[in-house]
Amino acid sequence: MRLDYPSNIKIIRVPCTGKVDVMYLLRAIQKGADGVYAVGCLEGSCHYNEGNFRARERIEHVNTLLDEIGIPGERVRMYNLSSGEGPTFAAYAKEMTEHIRKLGPNPLKNK
Amino acid sequence: MAFAIDMDACIGCGLCENVCLAKAINYADKVKATEVRIGSMILAPGTKAYDPSELDYLGYGRYPNVVTADGFERILSAGGPYFGHVMRPLDRQEPRSIAWLQCVGSRDTNRCGNGYCSSVCCMYATKEAMIAKEHIHGDLDCAIFNMDMRTFGKDYEKYFLRARDKEGVRFVKARVHTVTENPETGDLIVRYASDSGEMKEETFSMVVLSVGLTIPDTAIELARRLDIDLDKYHFSKSDPFAPVETSRKGIYTCGVFQGPKDIPGSVTEASAAACLAGSELSGSRGKDIEVIELPEQMDVEGQEPRIGVFVCNCGINIGGIVDVPAVQKYAATLPNVVFADSNLFTCSQDTQEKIKEKIIEHKLNRVIVASCSPKTHEAMFMETLEACGLNRYLFEMANIRNQNSWIHSKSPELATRKAKDLVRMAVGRAATLYPMQEKRIPVNHRAMVIGGGIAGMNAALNLGKQNFEVVLIEKESELGGFARKLHHTIEGGDIQEYIRKLSAEVKAHDKVEILLDTEVAGFGGYKGNFKTDVAVGKDREPRKIEHGVIVVATGANEYKPEEFAYGQSDRILTQVELGDLLEEKGTADLETVVMIQCVGSRNEKMQECSRICCQNAVKNALVIKKQNPETQVFILYRDIRTYGLMEDYYKEARDLGVIFMRFESEDPPEVKVEGDNIIVTTTDHVLQRKVEIQADLLTLSAGMRPSDTAKLSSIMKLNANQEGYFIEAHVKLRPVDMPGEGIFLCGTAHGPKLISETISQAQAAASRAVTFLARPEIKLSAITAKVDTQHCVKCLTCLRTCPYNVPAFNTEKKVIEIDEAMCHGCGACAGACPRQAIQLGFYNDEQIICKIDALLAGGM
Repeated sequence: MRLDYPSNIKIIRVPCTGKVDVMYLLRAIQKGADGVYAVGCLEGSCHYNEGNFRARERIEHVNTLLDEIGIPGERVRMYNLSSGEGPTFAAYAKEMTEHIRKLGPNPLKNK
Repeated sequence: MAFAIDMDACIGCGLCENVCLAKAINYADKVKATEVRIGSMILAPGTKAYDPSELDYLGYGRYPNVVTADGFERILSAGGPYFGHVMRPLDRQEPRSIAWLQCVGSRDTNRCGNGYCSSVCCMYATKEAMIAKEHIHGDLDCAIFNMDMRTFGKDYEKYFLRARDKEGVRFVKARVHTVTENPETGDLIVRYASDSGEMKEETFSMVVLSVGLTIPDTAIELARRLDIDLDKYHFSKSDPFAPVETSRKGIYTCGVFQGPKDIPGSVTEASAAACLAGSELSGSRGKDIEVIELPEQMDVEGQEPRIGVFVCNCGINIGGIVDVPAVQKYAATLPNVVFADSNLFTCSQDTQEKIKEKIIEHKLNRVIVASCSPKTHEAMFMETLEACGLNRYLFEMANIRNQNSWIHSKSPELATRKAKDLVRMAVGRAATLYPMQEKRIPVNHRAMVIGGGIAGMNAALNLGKQNFEVVLIEKESELGGFARKLHHTIEGGDIQEYIRKLSAEVKAHDKVEILLDTEVAGFGGYKGNFKTDVAVGKDREPRKIEHGVIVVATGANEYKPEEFAYGQSDRILTQVELGDLLEEKGTADLETVVMIQCVGSRNEKMQECSRICCQNAVKNALVIKKQNPETQVFILYRDIRTYGLMEDYYKEARDLGVIFMRFESEDPPEVKVEGDNIIVTTTDHVLQRKVEIQADLLTLSAGMRPSDTAKLSSIMKLNANQEGYFIEAHVKLRPVDMPGEGIFLCGTAHGPKLISETISQAQAAASRAVTFLARPEIKLSAITAKVDTQHCVKCLTCLRTCPYNVPAFNTEKKVIEIDEAMCHGCGACAGACPRQAIQLGFYNDEQIICKIDALLAGGM
């Protein structure tokens, strides 16, 4: 569909969002990413049954960890869509970018 | 993949040939007639939605806000004309209310001649209404105007109930008279006769016509050329006991051309047709396969990474936006990169040769292609690596087209920058890649079929015909299953005669071994290599059977009613018992017969529709009326679900004077036994008052119940739904596969269904099993989870995490083991392991973290 979305989004491929480790999310923030989000299947239709629920739990956990150390936890998010929803993907990419822009740069950047 | 130019749409300029950099277009190509010698043929010419233009009372084509259901499907689609916003065509306003009109072009012999039920419209209308409500966040009134709601498929009734009770979709029993437009607002006025015969009017913002399925003219012409018999509606003529065979030997069919049906049914029939077409050709299986000899793998152990990067222009797809030479130059500066190149088309055959040369020349031990999506091309590039002795997992792709040049085409500079980022990430990860070996496991070429009913016998017979050994186990002392109690199909097919022939054929087949009075006692192993313990015969003699696949065909039975005074009188029977009575004694002494539908189905205890009872009632009512036209037959029903071509029998029953009376589930009929008389009281939906019928026979259309499989499913760890029917791997994509690989499912163990449907499903299961058995060995993916037993503290988190119950604690060795033959490679356990003691091959923590680090090292 070649739908336009912001070029500051770079995708890292994982077999399932259930593979997304808390460590990956924290590492990205530690190394200066302004925001991180995981995109999984719609809830209830995970290709591997329930990986996306695990991802959501981990992301919520990361949210509180970050809040505790004074970095807005909302820099990390979870989105769900089906593989047939290109326009939704693009819309979420834009939404995330705008959301992060409002938060400003990651304070850990260049530290 | 092959592409062709649509010559009907082409204006003939020939420009495409000139602009195609790959010179892949031959504009002057001509139609060539080719002769192909074949052993069998499958016809799957598909369906065409009914065109409602000729039905002027609905206003389609005249009023812009009247659309067809397939048109509305486009309106709902994110890729559709309004990008998924629900708007009406006239003024692009969000509708406040939408009406669906059912049976447009179906169940209508007056206006369009299509007497059949299209079988799919009730479900798709319900789905469209639910999605429309989801898309419009405010209040949207959705009303589905129908004669009967036919949600008869597996789990469909639950869907219907969700739509009605949770989402508030209205289902209105009606016959639509006309649709007219309010010219000022564009709103539509639907005039209809309600259930009680009263004329009513309602206004809607939009009207969706639930158009039926028809056979396209091209398919009719194809059938004429192939000399295939079609029925009066142009569906392929078939026998209930040979559902996917056409009138011509060796030619098979599937999908809507066979009869109206939904996607799961079509996919199942496709496998069934493949089964029959393939069994005639099983002798030549594997003859035309070319074996590719691969060189021995290079040992890269201990070597420093030497990465080669191949940047693709993809014609102008990438090169037209991204500065490819700059990306190539940049790649050459990255750590461990010893070679960087760019190509016009990296996927072309000559580039593969070039990549091989460069791997040898520069002693590359990691390869990166920066081009398109790994989804389409990764496997091909991996083969290129293997062809020159490099392990296929030493490969990485950077997607600089789909995720970059295509979407950032308006900002070439940003796209070039992002391409560099993506290449840097790939280089970071490539350095951490290591060779992985795909384990090969042998396949045991024997099949086991559990259940010797129509489904099990058909599965076993077809596996035998495909030249595989089969062990068929049946818990009773006779083959035939539940069908032994049945007499005729609605079409008049003799079921007993069919079972006799079928079981004789199964018994005579030298590849099929039958074990009667046999049950499963133990089960182990994995795909291709199962080991099942069975207890054989009256003496329960233990035997171990090794086999590569399993077909589960444990069947179902008729529900034994607890309601409507069943058991209180010998004049109250189930439909199956009535079938016996009609077969033995006929109807001579019967004056009034009452039948009650949905007994033990569609209620709180059993939400699902049992699918077969409506046609069963119609079938027996027809027998009674034909033997004795004076006998009064009343059928008390909620929705008559004679789907597909069975609608004709429903019409015939009405024409012969069978009286159909609808009742609401909240107000069911009442039954009293008074001596030889059965008094049935029900509310007449037209008169809106109670009526009393004195019957000398009451027949209960008892639904189906799956055979008791609790023990079997606990031994074999098979999942069943809340009704007890086994669950398929995917409703549409894998309708006869079970979630565990190498296990297949057919017949009423999957859900209630007709004999013809059971037969095609059994053939489908056999066909799917053959795709497994035909392989000499199975190559397992190397992308599986591995436990570092040194690090593991046996907290058992992985056991709780795995959706497939693969990790196991080995009590002897005291370690956690993950069987790579059973691992699906999702990585859930690796993500959950608190000690990072589980790593998923090709996606291990280091490989992902290197990618994150490489990305952020660029200082984004």
